Amino acid sequence: MNSFPELIKFDPGMYIEALVDWLILNFQGFFDALTDVIKWIVFNIQDGLSFIPWFLFILLIFLLGWKLKSFKSGLGYAMMIMLIGLIGLWEDMIFTLAIVITSVILSIIIGIPIGIYSAYNQKLEALLKPLLDGMQTMPSFVYLIPAMIFFGLGTVPAVFATIVYSTPPCIRLTSLAIKRVPKEMREAAYAFGSSRWQALVKVELPQAMPTIMAGINQTTMLAMSMVVTSSMIGAKGLGENVIIAINRTDIAMGFNSGISIVFLAIIIDRLTQMISKKYEHV
Amino acid sequence: MSKKIEVKNLYKIFGSKPKLALKRLKEGWTKEKILKTTGQTVGVNNASFTVDEGEFFVIMGLSGSGKSTLIRCLNLLNRPTAGEILIDGEDIVKYDRQQLREFRQNKVAMVFQNFGLFTHRTVLGNVEYGLEIRNINKDKRRQIALEALESVGLKGWEDKMPTELSGGMQQRVGLARALANNPDILLMDEPFSALDPLIRRDMQIELLEIQSKLKKTIIFITHDINEAFKLGDRVAVMKDGKIVQQGTPEEILNNPSNEYIEEFVKSIDRTKVIQAKNIMRKPNALVSIKDGVRVAIKEMQASNISSVFVVGRNMELEGIVTIDDCVDAVKNKQSSLKELLRHDFYKTSPDEYIENLLENAVKSKYPIVVVDDENKLLGIIVRTSILSGLLPINSTNDTPA
Repeated sequence: MNSFPELIKFDPGMYIEALVDWLILNFQGFFDALTDVIKWIVFNIQDGLSFIPWFLFILLIFLLGWKLKSFKSGLGYAMMIMLIGLIGLWEDMIFTLAIVITSVILSIIIGIPIGIYSAYNQKLEALLKPLLDGMQTMPSFVYLIPAMIFFGLGTVPAVFATIVYSTPPCIRLTSLAIKRVPKEMREAAYAFGSSRWQALVKVELPQAMPTIMAGINQTTMLAMSMVVTSSMIGAKGLGENVIIAINRTDIAMGFNSGISIVFLAIIIDRLTQMISKKYEHV
Repeated sequence: MSKKIEVKNLYKIFGSKPKLALKRLKEGWTKEKILKTTGQTVGVNNASFTVDEGEFFVIMGLSGSGKSTLIRCLNLLNRPTAGEILIDGEDIVKYDRQQLREFRQNKVAMVFQNFGLFTHRTVLGNVEYGLEIRNINKDKRRQIALEALESVGLKGWEDKMPTELSGGMQQRVGLARALANNPDILLMDEPFSALDPLIRRDMQIELLEIQSKLKKTIIFITHDINEAFKLGDRVAVMKDGKIVQQGTPEEILNNPSNEYIEEFVKSIDRTKVIQAKNIMRKPNALVSIKDGVRVAIKEMQASNISSVFVVGRNMELEGIVTIDDCVDAVKNKQSSLKELLRHDFYKTSPDEYIENLLENAVKSKYPIVVVDDENKLLGIIVRTSILSGLLPINSTNDTPA
């Protein structure tokens, strides 16, 4: 039998491990500070969301759905969110929502500037492409390991892993959108004496907005899909129930928390899609 | 007239090694050879020309001839590889970023082939753009933009989105956006090529009207020779990045400098280019209003014609008399020409195109008379000179005997 010779060996994981160790050793303070910041954001968002009475929350979802799409859709979304409450997962949903919102906000803050910059800079773009591919295809569980080492257990590593997994589409689509601004439109901006900043803010970004919004929608969806994964390292919320249900082979509980995640995902997807449609101008 | 734009030995080469390509180009390599061996694309090859203030300068060429590349050098959307571009005596190629922005904001504006309108802004927002960049306050820029829109006939459309407008109207917005900035120089990159023929004609006429009012210096790109000759005070013809000939439409039409331009010129409708002043000639005979009937008869007999134009002391046109009327007058012992004057002839200005004279030339019994603004007689046009004016000068020899 032909087998790969055992004498030649290369263990890239070892170097990554060394890198992580080195980071921990030298940047512990930085990670601690980052942990505090992320914690602070998540808890504030969670507090804010829990502050809204449940009936008002349902009404809000209904109104958003109605305004952005149609009366029927609004009613549908309200019923879905109502169902999550009836199942008894309201608080878990709020917690999941807080993690998702935090991750998405941070993804946008990181992703859009990088996307814009890579649209202008071909070298950066060439460098980013394999990195982004890797970030998206690497099994998401893998991120949990360094995330745990950097940030311990619980919410913060969950947010970190979610950001790593869900930022690529935001970067990619922002870059694509900026590059696809019609040539004459960009020329017109410069021909009238715009600075680069003015051309970006007054012409390129507004033109790119629909595609950027599509990127944000994808980012949100990916963040939702990390909910269960990140519960493996102790993030609370709907995902946690799924993990427990798996351990107990509890079909009912599994279905209840599973369907709640689906409902939440549908609502977030439709609402962000509608928002991105608002930005379209042929 | 003073020189507004002076372009000297301008080169533009696209690619990563423009200097190498430039060297090869100066050694006499062809554009194709350079592309093959170095991978560099020659856009503009040693272009030189001057444009006077208030002049309408047309650059004509087929697609790929480098005309759009050239016009983009004039506001440095394309940075030239070599050469000078003097505008009001200053070499704009040497401008730093800030100077360039000021130059673009104040001196030059551009109109694009596919309009280049900002689809996320209203019509008014588009026209205001240049003013917004210059930090002009909101009320003022609204006022200027509305005036500009009115001047292109778009009053009342300011709150529409550009995509709601037809092509012709969109280009009016493009023109208004350029005019709102009150630039000295208008760069127009095939502005009417995307429009259908009827609308194109209207836009051409309107542009000429605007030009006669505002006296901008206009650089206009087109691939349509009829458009070039209709609009341009002077025309430059480009091929493979080079300017192969420049001159007034007349000069190019009558002396095409090579086969390429001849090919171009063949397709032109000469009735739209040749003007009355190009084909009029001095009348064989003229009579002064003070002269008597007998003098008129003698003049007509001498030149073997049956009618003659009558002018006043300063060549101002009084009318025309016919030989028959004069002979009758002699019989009736009348001697003054005043009572015999007829006015049923056709008058035209020297700038009128033959196109518009044809019908009257066929209908009228008398020659068409060309007068200036003060009614002074400049010349006459007979039917045969219209016909011969339509023949290209150097093709008369080619006609089989």
